[in-house]
Amino acid sequence: MRDMADPATRPAARPAVGAVPKIRMRGVRKAFGAKQVLDGVDLDVAAGHSMVVLGGSGSGKSVTIKCILGMIEPDAGLIEIDGKDVLRMSRGEREALGDRIGMLFQNGALFDSLPVWENVCFKLLAQNRISRTQARDKAAEVLAQVGLDGSVGDLSPAELSGGMQKRVALARAIAAQPDIIFFDEPTTGLDPIMGAVIDGLIVDCVKRLGATAISITHDMASARRIGDDAAMLYRGKIVWTGPAGTLGHTGNAMVDQFANGEREGPIRMELRR
Amino acid sequence: MDSYLLDPLAALGRAAFAVCRTVGGVALFALDALSHLVRPPFYGRLFWRAFVEIAWFSLPVVALTAVFTGMVLALQSYTGFARFNAQSAIASVVVISLTRELGPVLAALMVSGRIGASFAAEIGTMRVTDQIDALSTLSTNPMKYLVTPRLLAAVIALPLLVLVADILGVMGGWLIGTYKLGFVSAAYLHSTFDVLQVQDVVSGLVKAAVFGFVIALMGTWCGYTSKGGAQGVGGATTTAVVASSILILALDYVLTEAFFAR
Repeated sequence: MRDMADPATRPAARPAVGAVPKIRMRGVRKAFGAKQVLDGVDLDVAAGHSMVVLGGSGSGKSVTIKCILGMIEPDAGLIEIDGKDVLRMSRGEREALGDRIGMLFQNGALFDSLPVWENVCFKLLAQNRISRTQARDKAAEVLAQVGLDGSVGDLSPAELSGGMQKRVALARAIAAQPDIIFFDEPTTGLDPIMGAVIDGLIVDCVKRLGATAISITHDMASARRIGDDAAMLYRGKIVWTGPAGTLGHTGNAMVDQFANGEREGPIRMELRR
Repeated sequence: MDSYLLDPLAALGRAAFAVCRTVGGVALFALDALSHLVRPPFYGRLFWRAFVEIAWFSLPVVALTAVFTGMVLALQSYTGFARFNAQSAIASVVVISLTRELGPVLAALMVSGRIGASFAAEIGTMRVTDQIDALSTLSTNPMKYLVTPRLLAAVIALPLLVLVADILGVMGGWLIGTYKLGFVSAAYLHSTFDVLQVQDVVSGLVKAAVFGFVIALMGTWCGYTSKGGAQGVGGATTTAVVASSILILALDYVLTEAFFAR
């Protein structure tokens, strides 16, 4: 197994010398019972960059994101956003940080008891930044940014197709203009064309907002489209970082095996026979 | 040989720890939810929605339960008391039984089946579909948003439902007493109000508030901690109804002791 010291790896996600990375993880560990999910994750995400975290099912990608978001408390390690240790923040600081973060969940996680417009403007309403009347107009504006007609706002999430739900979820993630956005498997369950459409929207939205993005996926086409940089998580560690465009021919046997979907290679699937 | 002795003890110990962990978890959950009663922001719209769901939409089932219970109580009391020529006590038995015990307990059991299950299913589904995590990322505390309004609504709604149940239950007894058992209406009502004391009604309303808290607490807690997809949500719903029903009956005894034991 190669590690970060391997000459084949290129820490392309590292910010310029002296610059503070937007998101910095050092030695983050998390176990659930006897299972060590994260075993010392080190990751830097430069401001304004889009980082894609790759890894097999159960490799700890979602746990990594949830640790950064504060939904899961790591057992050890350091997580910094803009140079501030998020694990030592007060409740107020944490809430203020949360106001700057957006998240697109794998299955959308839209609130099915609320109409689409209220879903989209949920954060703005929660923060009392706009009235309910203004929220309808704002929702129409944001829905237009993700290619949906304003009339969709009055529908219930259950009335939408999978692709439309993803777009609404994207609209909800960007409505409050966050400067950090997380995307959890943004194209899972979508056909390839709709996946490409969602990826395009993600790239547009992130660029327009100038946001820093972390996406987790095992869809290689999606990873190449939405990522500036990529990192590979394997057995609880980041084993490679580099430009997302090189995925498939990085020179790192593990990453190339994963990106090309090959059965043979250093990664062994733990299958019961 | 050792394992034959130790295995049952170990199992007992594990079960005891699990019970302690659950009780502690529910207590901390309740304290967290209650702490949001005095910490803004407040979700009045959600409180009102939960209140309408509990108070208004539970009214038919609670009303029917109360009326039929009053009717059955009058009939059964008559059958029993006629043996001792004590039929005149029927009105007082009906009103005291209903206001002190049957009104709050039966209304709570009905609401537990309706609302406790609904809370557990709705919040459980939100849990397994990441909607609760989504709330956290949208600058909203899930406890404050999902749990506290429901707890408050149930604590206020249950006494109102029980008040209606008391009235309708007495009316059910009066209907049977006057139209089937041959009581004079005025005499039946006089008997009813003659024996009724404020403490009877108040104790029933206090019980109702406690039962409302228990129903909402178990419903929200079971939903909030559910895991494992559809099966987990189904299990949470069942647990919410069973646990709240048992707690209602157990707390009924405790509160009755507190109010009426000499």
